[in-house]
Amino acid sequence: MAEGESYGIVGESGSGKSTVLRVLAGLNQEWSGAVTIFRKAQPRVRDKAFHRAVQMVFQDPYGSLHPKKTLDDALAEPLAIHGIGDAERRIARALSDVGLPSAFRYRYPHQLSGGQRQRVAIARALVLEPTLFLLDEPTSALDVSIQAEVLNLLQALRQERKLTYILVSHDLAVVGHMCERLMVMQHGQCVEEMSAATLSARKPETAYAQALLVASEGFRRQG
Amino acid sequence: MSEAVVALLEVDNLKVNFHTPTGIVRAVRGLSFSLGRERLGIVGESGSGKSMTGRAILDLIPYPGEVLADRMLFRGEDLLTMPKATRRKLRGRRISMVMQDPKFSLNPVMTVGDQIAEAYRVHHKANAREARERTLAMLDAVQIREPERVYALYPHEVSGGMGQRVMIAMMLIAEPDILIADEPTSALDVTVQLQVLKILDDLVTSRGMGLIFISHDLHLVQSFCDRVIVMYGGKAMETMPAAELADPSAMSRRHPYTLGLLGCLPELGNPKGRLSTLTRDPEWLA
Ligand SMILES: Nc1ncnc2c1ncn2[C@@H]1O[C@H](COP(=O)(O)OP(=O)(O)OP(=O)(O)O)[C@@H](O)[C@H]1O
Ligand SMILES: Nc1ncnc2c1ncn2[C@@H]1O[C@H](COP(=O)(O)OP(=O)(O)OP(=O)(O)O)[C@@H](O)[C@H]1O
Ligand SMILES: [Mg+2]
Ligand SMILES: [Mg+2]
Repeated sequence: MAEGESYGIVGESGSGKSTVLRVLAGLNQEWSGAVTIFRKAQPRVRDKAFHRAVQMVFQDPYGSLHPKKTLDDALAEPLAIHGIGDAERRIARALSDVGLPSAFRYRYPHQLSGGQRQRVAIARALVLEPTLFLLDEPTSALDVSIQAEVLNLLQALRQERKLTYILVSHDLAVVGHMCERLMVMQHGQCVEEMSAATLSARKPETAYAQALLVASEGFRRQG
Repeated sequence: MSEAVVALLEVDNLKVNFHTPTGIVRAVRGLSFSLGRERLGIVGESGSGKSMTGRAILDLIPYPGEVLADRMLFRGEDLLTMPKATRRKLRGRRISMVMQDPKFSLNPVMTVGDQIAEAYRVHHKANAREARERTLAMLDAVQIREPERVYALYPHEVSGGMGQRVMIAMMLIAEPDILIADEPTSALDVTVQLQVLKILDDLVTSRGMGLIFISHDLHLVQSFCDRVIVMYGGKAMETMPAAELADPSAMSRRHPYTLGLLGCLPELGNPKGRLSTLTRDPEWLA
């Protein structure tokens, strides 16, 4: 992937998409092969600067938020770890970026709806102003209006700050909208790589990718 | 929709309030609907009270929440006035809910297979071996590959989509009359999603189960459900036949919020620079 590119990963449930992102983020130590990020071959254990520059938004927003910590704590913590000042302004900005009212700042995760928790997870990644963003189903818990706001925000940030994205999603229209290229995974492997244009034209080569496109048209009742 | 005549569930003027130190949060504000042997979709804004509606039906609103309603009938019996113990017995057996955060709802220190088997034995007389066999068959039915391997995994060891299917298997194994499914397929790839929906569809058609299907996926709701309730700010903006979500000739009848939602969708083959967003009108909550 080039710097500033946005790359999609779609594919079968359980095929290894989240696992790939965790390896790239340095959160999974059991892998073999080579990972090069920022023109540097990455060791198993990454340094602090890496963990600031690379942020992951997890698929499961509940699991990634501490139940006893308010939103304010959740957002202040990464700033404190990386010794970044100006916390007040950054937190307020990140919350408004993801469309959460400032009155929510002292709420706990269980006091939020599923989509509100997902937005906290995105805000927490945003406060560190990373350059590589690993997004695991960032909008699947959001209604389509909030999804549109979050996707517009991600697009704008990417243009402003030249960010690089890897986006995992089951929603082919979202991947087509956000990414220039994508990979289709099945059984722990890449079965096809294609451009967004090929996806939009519904012209993939493999039967599996075609099956995904057909299934994305909705439910069909037999008979 | 002729089978929708027998109401499995009737809800009149449901309200869910949370009394917090900073004031009352009105999560559901006077929602009324009935459910027959059908697939009833609920779509709407994040935070609009969809999950709380499901939890209120099951009497699972956490402290400091309060549930008020004029009526809440399950097959004609009043859920609000029946003894707590009777109501508890309905939960899980007659009315089940697939929660939105599957991994959070599972017990982290018990294998997923044992959890499903236990759910089966709570509701049916069965020995350990029978329960295990039923569980493996159920995991297979929800399209889990290698059910034997997955049976022995702990919740943190399964992928997002596998966790959702484990929850679905656990709720269906009791064969409930009503299933409330809260975003049950949002982590599934689209082909597995259709296979899981086929199972739910068959249960509605063949066993007469009533299904409340909470989802953000408008295409899916439109193609899968019979009727759909569109919620905003704890209220129903409108209730309509689901197919009308894709019917151009019905658009003049649509509530502006519903039209706004439809306008926000990215579309394959029709690239948009920026996606439209919604302008919310305070009038909608008046
Ligand atoms: N800690 C673990 N122990 C054993 N198996 C694991 C563990 N973590 C993941 N797996 C297995 O690795 C496979 C890939 O999981 P992964 O979470 O990467 O899938 P995914 O493509 O993200 O799926 P989904 O779309 O459902 O989220 C799954 O079969 C899962 O059961
Ligand atoms: N314990 C609580 N205290 C205060 N407010 C709460 C509490 N629990 C939930 N709420 C609020 O109740 C409202 C309704 O929540 P609910 O979970 O029903 O939303 P939802 O429609 O399911 O949204 P989503 O699509 O994001 O899951 C939300 O605005 C939420 O912030
Ligand atoms: Mg995953
Ligand atoms: Mg919800």
